[in-house]
Amino acid sequence: MKASITLGKVSKFMGLGIFETLKNLFTGKLEKDEMQSFLRKTVVPLASILLFLGLWHLGAKSLYNTEAEFKIEKALQDQGQAAADALKTCIASGDSSCQPNTLPSPSQVWESFQSLLRDHNIISADKLAFKEKTAALNEKRIAAGKDPIVYTGRPSFVDQIYRSLQTVFAGFFLALVIAVPLGIFIGLSPTLKSSFNWFIQIFKPVSPVVWYLLVFMIVKTVLIGSTDDSSFTISFISVGLCSMWATLVNTAMGVSSVDKDYINVAKVLKLGTFQKIFKVVLPSSLPLIFTGLKITLSVAWMVLIAIELLAQSPGLGLFVWEEFQNGANDSNAKIIVAMFIIGIIGFLLDRLMLTIQNWVSFDKQDAI
Amino acid sequence: MSIITEKTITKEVLGSSSFPSNEVMLDLKKLKKVYPTPKGDYVVLEDLDLQIRKEEFVTIIGHSGCGKTTMLSMIAGLNPISGGNIAVLGKNISGPGPDRGVIFQAPSLMPWMTSLENVMLGVNQVFPHGTKSQRTDIAKYYLQKVGLEDSFHKKAAELSQGMQQRVGIARAFAIKPKVLLLDEPFGMLDSLTRGELQDILIEIWNKEKITAVMITHDVDEAIFLADRVVMMTSGPRAKIGDILDINFERPRTRKSVLEHDDYYAYRKHLIDFLEH
Repeated sequence: MKASITLGKVSKFMGLGIFETLKNLFTGKLEKDEMQSFLRKTVVPLASILLFLGLWHLGAKSLYNTEAEFKIEKALQDQGQAAADALKTCIASGDSSCQPNTLPSPSQVWESFQSLLRDHNIISADKLAFKEKTAALNEKRIAAGKDPIVYTGRPSFVDQIYRSLQTVFAGFFLALVIAVPLGIFIGLSPTLKSSFNWFIQIFKPVSPVVWYLLVFMIVKTVLIGSTDDSSFTISFISVGLCSMWATLVNTAMGVSSVDKDYINVAKVLKLGTFQKIFKVVLPSSLPLIFTGLKITLSVAWMVLIAIELLAQSPGLGLFVWEEFQNGANDSNAKIIVAMFIIGIIGFLLDRLMLTIQNWVSFDKQDAI
Repeated sequence: MSIITEKTITKEVLGSSSFPSNEVMLDLKKLKKVYPTPKGDYVVLEDLDLQIRKEEFVTIIGHSGCGKTTMLSMIAGLNPISGGNIAVLGKNISGPGPDRGVIFQAPSLMPWMTSLENVMLGVNQVFPHGTKSQRTDIAKYYLQKVGLEDSFHKKAAELSQGMQQRVGIARAFAIKPKVLLLDEPFGMLDSLTRGELQDILIEIWNKEKITAVMITHDVDEAIFLADRVVMMTSGPRAKIGDILDINFERPRTRKSVLEHDDYYAYRKHLIDFLEH
């Protein structure tokens, strides 16, 4: 009982109160006025999702037909009636060799999702078997001072998600470590603010692609002679540099706009510089800093895909790019799966930041 | 300046008051405040002289915008002085410091700290050599004095305005300042809460006897709390217009003050000045 209460509180805290309502619906505890909010919060969103899926299905079907007709028409013109008829029966039979290549339908996407999961299970089993097989050998190799043999097979979809999350968090951490202290210094000193302003204004709108190229130029030279794969380093640094601006600007703004009353109190009490910063300035600008961090994390996740694609760093971005290049029958569906996964993870990251913000911030109302 | 001349001035200005202490705590001389504007200088205060004795409670009334708050923030050291000087116990001030505690109009508590932490922030500064438990005891003592013994660990943001201002009072007294500066501390409160807080303030003040300067808009509040009510002329170039001695016995109760024969005469004097 107690656990369920805290769970409900947590989900409400995270802005996921819908789970609470659903639970109440199934346990029959729903009050009358809760019924209305249930309609508004659950039934209407569900209906809109169904509507979306329906429209998607119809749209995909119509695109499929257009593409199929065009293909048959082309076959008729180029190769004659027999080829056109053969293609027609081939398409109708669902044979993967002749399917029109267009927007996949929801059911195809769902199938691809399941096949990706199956693929992941196979690869995981494979990895495990590999590990068991090489365990004894690796022990010997380590004892002999040699590097252990590692699994070098193809990463599964889930591995790539995991890798993307690693990259985004490494980039986010880099942004945090650079932007927050720098923002505090800029916010505290009007001189620094005016000298850094042009710098921020110029670099803020630079595209992720250009950041990537810049980081590539530098890291390539710095890591010269190293045989390690630098793509992860390059991509996380690019993600960090690309996404840190929101935090930098917000931190500087938060620090420079601390309520004058608080500053007066600090003056009257003659607080030292460090005490002033850590007891007054920072806590008071925490809500703005967190707003900045929230934007930074969502920007980091957004640019990650493009940067992974460029850097050839394993992850969702590379997955999307490889599937696009691959052009297999279910490649389009896999790209759409990746799109949804990216969207859902982005949403969850946002909720995560909101939860942390609510947890550390004194000003509960300000957190949106 | 030698001590002799200072005493002579005290005698001249204060005359034959029956006040127990004649030592000057706070001395404003030829105080001037100028704000430069595009159309030339705007003189808020000029030639303002005021002496406040040790253990005296002075209230200041005057029309809005006449420069009361400017004067108080200059005493606090938060606003630079354009001319003349301000001395505490004969020593000219330079900048703010904990010898002059301030209770602001807005409670100005750090909302992310508990009420105890807010008071501790000041106590830690003033008694850095005490042990942690000694300092906590001081903070708790003053919070109890203002009736917040149940709210030590409540975040300031969770407290009502009146409760927050109580913490503000506790914070100001806990640093044991030489002078207490109050800038319309009850201006934002409803009249019931204001009455409660006046009682709390005067009760704790009766014990501590810290020289106090308080700005107020409320004539009754000015009389109830003060030994002297200072009336300021309207700006620009505001100065002291008139000073009214309030000769009620201390400790006072609201009832005894209201029933006193002189009360309405004092009140009329102040209102006549303000409406003039």
